[in-house]
Amino acid sequence: MTILRSTLDPTSEEAVEARESMLAALDEIGEEAHKAVLGGGEKAVARHRGRGKLTARERIELLLDRDSPFLELAPLAGYGSSFTVGGSVVAGIGVVSGVECLLVANDPTVKGGASNPWSLRKSLRMHEIALQNRLPVISLVESGGADLPTQKEVFVPGGAIFRNLTRLSREGIPTIALVFGNSTAGGAYLPGMSDHVVMIEERSKVFLAGPPLVKAATGEESDDESLGGAQMHARVSGLADHYALDEQDAIRIGRRIVARLNRRKAAGPLVPAPRPPRYPAEELLDIVPPGLKAPFDPREVIARVVDDSDFDEFKPLYGTSLVTGWAQLHGFPVGILANARGVLFSEESQKAAQFIQLANRANTPLLFLHNTTGYMVGKDYEQRGIIKHGAMMINAVSNSTVPHISVLLGNSYGAGHYGMCGRAYDPRFVFAWPSARSAVMGAQQLADVAYMVSKASAESRGLPFNEEGMQALRTMITDQITAESMPMVLSGLVYDDGIIDPRDTRDVLGIALSAIHTAPVEGTSSFGVFRM
Amino acid sequence: MPELISTDTTTITSVLVANRGEIARRVFATCRRRGLATVAVHSDADVTALHVREADAAVRLPGNAAAETYLHVDRIIEAARRAGADAVHPGYGFLSENADFAQAVQDAGLTWIGPPAEAIRLMGSKVAAKELMRAAGVPVLDRLDQDAVTEADLPLLVKASAGGGGRGMRIVRRLDDLPAAIESADAEAASAFGDGTVFCERFVEGGHHVEVQVMADRYGTVWALGERECSLQRRHQKVIEEAPSPLVERVGPGMRDRLLEAGRAAAAAVGYVGAGTVEFLATEDGSFFFLEMNTRLQVEHPVTECVTGLDLVGLQLDVAQGRALEGAEPTMTGWSVEARIYAEDPADGWTPQTGTVAVFDVPGVGAEFDRPPEHGIRLDSGVSAGSVVSTHYDAMLAKVISRAPTREAAVRELTTALRRTRMHGVRTNRDLLVATLAHPEVLAGTAHTGFYDTNDPAALSADTGLAPDLGALVAALADAAEERSRLGHLVAVSSGFRTVRDGLYRHRAYLVDGGGADGDGVNGSEYAVGYRFARDGLELERLPAGTQEVRLVDLAGDRVVLELDGVRRSFEVSRHPVPGQDEAAVAIDSPLGSVELRRLPRFVDPSARAPEGALVAPMPGAAVRIAVSVGDVVAAGQPLMWLEAMKMEHVIAAPAAGTVREILVSVGQQVEQGTTLAVVDPAAAEDGPAA
Repeated sequence: MTILRSTLDPTSEEAVEARESMLAALDEIGEEAHKAVLGGGEKAVARHRGRGKLTARERIELLLDRDSPFLELAPLAGYGSSFTVGGSVVAGIGVVSGVECLLVANDPTVKGGASNPWSLRKSLRMHEIALQNRLPVISLVESGGADLPTQKEVFVPGGAIFRNLTRLSREGIPTIALVFGNSTAGGAYLPGMSDHVVMIEERSKVFLAGPPLVKAATGEESDDESLGGAQMHARVSGLADHYALDEQDAIRIGRRIVARLNRRKAAGPLVPAPRPPRYPAEELLDIVPPGLKAPFDPREVIARVVDDSDFDEFKPLYGTSLVTGWAQLHGFPVGILANARGVLFSEESQKAAQFIQLANRANTPLLFLHNTTGYMVGKDYEQRGIIKHGAMMINAVSNSTVPHISVLLGNSYGAGHYGMCGRAYDPRFVFAWPSARSAVMGAQQLADVAYMVSKASAESRGLPFNEEGMQALRTMITDQITAESMPMVLSGLVYDDGIIDPRDTRDVLGIALSAIHTAPVEGTSSFGVFRM
Repeated sequence: MPELISTDTTTITSVLVANRGEIARRVFATCRRRGLATVAVHSDADVTALHVREADAAVRLPGNAAAETYLHVDRIIEAARRAGADAVHPGYGFLSENADFAQAVQDAGLTWIGPPAEAIRLMGSKVAAKELMRAAGVPVLDRLDQDAVTEADLPLLVKASAGGGGRGMRIVRRLDDLPAAIESADAEAASAFGDGTVFCERFVEGGHHVEVQVMADRYGTVWALGERECSLQRRHQKVIEEAPSPLVERVGPGMRDRLLEAGRAAAAAVGYVGAGTVEFLATEDGSFFFLEMNTRLQVEHPVTECVTGLDLVGLQLDVAQGRALEGAEPTMTGWSVEARIYAEDPADGWTPQTGTVAVFDVPGVGAEFDRPPEHGIRLDSGVSAGSVVSTHYDAMLAKVISRAPTREAAVRELTTALRRTRMHGVRTNRDLLVATLAHPEVLAGTAHTGFYDTNDPAALSADTGLAPDLGALVAALADAAEERSRLGHLVAVSSGFRTVRDGLYRHRAYLVDGGGADGDGVNGSEYAVGYRFARDGLELERLPAGTQEVRLVDLAGDRVVLELDGVRRSFEVSRHPVPGQDEAAVAIDSPLGSVELRRLPRFVDPSARAPEGALVAPMPGAAVRIAVSVGDVVAAGQPLMWLEAMKMEHVIAAPAAGTVREILVSVGQQVEQGTTLAVVDPAAAEDGPAA
């Protein structure tokens, strides 16, 4: 046991400044999240309720075990696009009848729950999470199908939804569809591809083609009920396994289905009652300096996140710009890699590669805490093989088979983002703090590069250089890159699974680790060739 | 205790108590103290009852109906013979005032621990007893000639000669109402007692019930062991009793002398032997009139024991063995008050309640079935946790008795003991007892027998228990903690943790049983609690009434500590299963009072909902008559069947015009409260009988 000692003074000027800046960022993010919660807006919600229906979030609330946590994922999907924030889908991990499940609910108040490109992106990401972590998928269906104006972006990739459902099923991961309303045309395959289907009296409507289309196609006269009503599917077609009388009944049946799945987690926490950290979570707001001007000690974060603030460091004297070590989080063992002074050198890269191999030998999940501006540049570093060493780290990260979780605390730039297991490296979950910034390089740096390259180019070709215009461009580039590296933008693109309040870090990671342990944790000894 | 000399004695070694519940235990307690063997008898329903478990030997009386069991003379005498008992104590109720039983016991060669059969017989007839008392100089209310009464005699009381317990009793305030009152009292008395004789007497408004405990030996000594006042009655059944009588104290010592003398005279006039009670109706001016004599030990005898220091059951045993009462007549010191805990719903016409006692804990009990120390509480109970309360027998569960030097202290100590009593699983009158004891008239000792007519029990006890909305909040929080602790994983993640503030609350709903039953088998008020645990602590959808701020201090499944408007309050939470219900009952106890709530299921299985038009039993009882059959077309309000519960017949009528679709009970069948008895299809009314 090695208890971390904190030197943070929450009353210091730096801490107060950090806190104010973090709270301001949280407010901004909260406003966007609130838009997602409002869904189609007050009017649409009132109209929906007027039909005696529950909202997507109310359905989820009722489906979950009371008082159990719900980790909402990608709540800001679609931010920065012309679509309503949230992608007209509410999704996350929650406990249903004692089983951790992945819940995906259409928000019918947003354009009738129609799928736009962001809905699709979010849904596909959810299926990925379900497959990797072997979480049963419960779809709460009420969608008018594809958003027609954007059909060209939805139609072709959208087919993956149905393919995923049957692949989940093949892997022995149960899929359950609770059909609350429309699920027509292509959408009809959603229940069609699910293991368990519940339909609701006079509410569910599941058919390939509605009465007008049928009439046009074959001349046959028909109605909604005979084509796709719950009664018909429960008694005639057999597509519905369960016939519910109302929404609460459908949810009740859904909970009973999960209760009978006979699911058992591959592993649980190592201790039944893990100790909380020794320092208050509230102080996580006080750590990150505004504008990320200065590095911060990630041990201050670790001390407020892991069980009992107990952290056994690996190679503490070597490659000190990267902190590595072992801890337990909500009772689950975890190996942590955290950037300490932003830059990754050769030593840090080698240390990381070794640590990742050790975690794989010990079947221990890895947690990456990002605050890096990338691998070191410069003649000395290049000559000493920074590329080779960076490649070792990336090789280790890429081929490691223990689950990875990434949390972007601050900077996450360049190849450092890759080495620290950015989204492209398939971490099981990626979360970001409001203070996170991510791009190929820092905005100022990128603008400087653009300025210098064009100046050099002009000079080499003997052309006059418009200093004034170039300075304007420089400012423009800085602004654009700054905006693009903001966490909300990345979250809107579903490049992360959500921006989290730093104070929630421990609980979010606990839920994620618990979900991860639904599937077995197995490391590997097989990596690519390490270039020495 | 006075010395007793032995003269013409028989020896008792083993006592059979022909009774059940607390009185059987009370008699056994003295027997044990005296080294006597104890024999219980029991019906099938009482096979696991406390009195059976405690006795040295027990004999089964097959069946449950009183007539087959505790009223069956031959079986009880046979039981005494088998178990080797040489004496029989009848307790109160059942056969205690049955002269034939007294005789049969003695004819069987057993010692009868009670008065002579002849004394029982003489006092058994109200009319004859009254004449006897008049002759002995005991004040009586004159019997009025029904045909000669005038306006001046009003109000009148019409009474059944063979009556008791208020049956066949009518109050008449207008002369015109007299014939009808006589006719109906006559009919009721005839059906209840097989004797329709009724008579009229002056009705004393605002009267007090004062009684004298007497004890007499075979040699002519009659002691009057002070008086008791039992003015707090409901439906002519006593609820709270005390010794001495506040009325007698108010009027002065002269009244007590006259009263005790009348008690002695009454007993002497019938050659009484043993323990008995002479009951009087008394008024503020100090006058009193003979009502009746109870030829047995009374329910309320503990208050006399507390103020005299006597063991009345012990004296009964002495007298039955032929010992004489020696020494000076004991007198009263200090004060004692008794409250009877009944399984009943005072707010719903005192309907008897059934169930299984889940928790029963009276704090500060200084003695059971024995005199407690001063400032101590005495408990005489027939039940404990796990006891089943059925409809077969009397609804009285226990008596809680205080003993203190002054009336004020005795009342206060009893009030506190009752308020802090934890009693769950069966609905009781506890809150009403607490409210009654806190009423100014009761505190002043001026309450008379009409107390519950002028003070509606429901209104009286409305604010006595824990406020149900606060109770529901405590239950919801405790249940949340309890369920969270049972969740196998993620236990350390904050309860109801959400990454996105979605404005939603967790909901838990509870029902505060209002007693009785409506169409769903339940009746009462629903309390839904919306709560969530946010970063800054507990957030509630609605605050409990009259509260501005609620802060959660400590939370566990069985204990909740809240700060309500800056005042810290602790609540204890317990849960117990409810027969026939999936969801448990949640009981909350606190110094603010108690409340019991029924958890409402989070989800309702539509197939489990009672069908529309279902008629459910409003109380436990037995179906005695069914007037319709399946397919019958019935009018709204038409009686469909009758349910007998606690000696009363309750009609089950059609809620609306329709067709009887189903009848789910048969005549004689015992049903629990909430059982569906029949289903009437209202929709089919116009279509005629269903196919």
